[in-house]
Amino acid sequence: MLPILQIGPLAIQLPGLLLLAGVWLGTNAVDRQAARLDLPIPTLQKLVLLALAAGVVGARLGYAARYLDVYLENPTGLISLQPAALSPSAGLLTGIIAGWIFGQRKQLPFWRTMDALSPGLAVFSVFLGISHMASGDAFGSPTSVPWAINLWGELRHPSQVYETLAAGLVLIAILHAGRMSTGTGATFLVWVALASFSRLFLEAFRGDSLLLPGRIRIAQVVALAVLLAAEAMSHRQAAASSRNSSEATPM
Amino acid sequence: MRPMLSWFQITFRWRMLMTATLLVGSGWIAVSKDPFSSMTAGRIPSPRQGFSAPGFTLEELEGEVVSLSDLRGQVVVINFWASWCPPCREEMPALERVYREMRSEGVELLAVNTTYQDSLTEARSFVERYDLTFPILVDAEGEAARRYQLRALPSTFFVDADGVIRKVVIGGPMSEATIRTAVAELLDERR
Repeated sequence: MLPILQIGPLAIQLPGLLLLAGVWLGTNAVDRQAARLDLPIPTLQKLVLLALAAGVVGARLGYAARYLDVYLENPTGLISLQPAALSPSAGLLTGIIAGWIFGQRKQLPFWRTMDALSPGLAVFSVFLGISHMASGDAFGSPTSVPWAINLWGELRHPSQVYETLAAGLVLIAILHAGRMSTGTGATFLVWVALASFSRLFLEAFRGDSLLLPGRIRIAQVVALAVLLAAEAMSHRQAAASSRNSSEATPM
Repeated sequence: MRPMLSWFQITFRWRMLMTATLLVGSGWIAVSKDPFSSMTAGRIPSPRQGFSAPGFTLEELEGEVVSLSDLRGQVVVINFWASWCPPCREEMPALERVYREMRSEGVELLAVNTTYQDSLTEARSFVERYDLTFPILVDAEGEAARRYQLRALPSTFFVDADGVIRKVVIGGPMSEATIRTAVAELLDERR
């Protein structure tokens, strides 16, 4: 845990800085993959930037919508630099919608674009894990395994380490898959499947899960649904390509 | 060359895969469901969201003694500040406005002066200058700051009526809207 890096008078919030680094290296990875897939790099960069900006704005508006009267009285609160007053789900949604609309208007081919974005998502996930290590967020459940760490007053699973290692393995797989990618969306679907599989598995060791009645962890249910959806999409693509090319190149 | 699989064979294999995923996945979810509510971090005192707010007993500027544990049942805002800290100066008027307005609804605000790294005289004139009416606590030895693992000024902890920290804002200044929404959320819950 090293939430704040003190360099002389400068107090740097390390978790946030790590996320920024993740975005930066992630966009680099997108650039490389876009070049491989013959996609316009500047357009993709704009897409990422726009989605991020829309995500931040959406997250604040989503938060403000819950307390409309307060923000109508103090509209300047809308632009305050408080990460506490953000709604992550609203941000994710607006980011995706903005990116999708932008992609449509620029006539980017959907699956090819998603394939180009995949290495970036995989890189960012690794940095998300490291950022959790710095902040102590996404912490593990109490345990007595020999590698337990003392965090927040108890010996816990080092869930942040699990998360980062898993994201690292997924990244290696995605970089490998990306090299063979032909822009059919297969790389993206592999990323979705691996990422949701790792969440499904690792959520079990978290100490901060949101629970459904019966103590079922919500994140696992969502991850399983996403994993099944990714498999179903992969099947559709595999079946379609087998019908199209019964005698052409083997898959 | 390997013979291509027919559409039916492919579909069959994917159906198998998806069924296996569904079974193994559901099984894992069932096995790994939270055993004895390990999420009840609310029992453990720690200065972060979802945990019990670490207790402290400090003297006010006026000499009265205040204990956090006596304030159970009220929504408590704990704000750590120092007179030399510019963002603390920035957010004090907003805190004062929210306090004056919402105090009667069951909100207490404890402004803990980090006196071990400030001076009492400076703190007093600060309180006069901004006409602060909430209790100003004197953390002379830095004990409360240690318990709250203070890393930056200002730091603000929003504690619900059950004594659980529900929101942590490190650094500032907070906008008035941020303070208001955080307090309103906890008040709504209590009703």
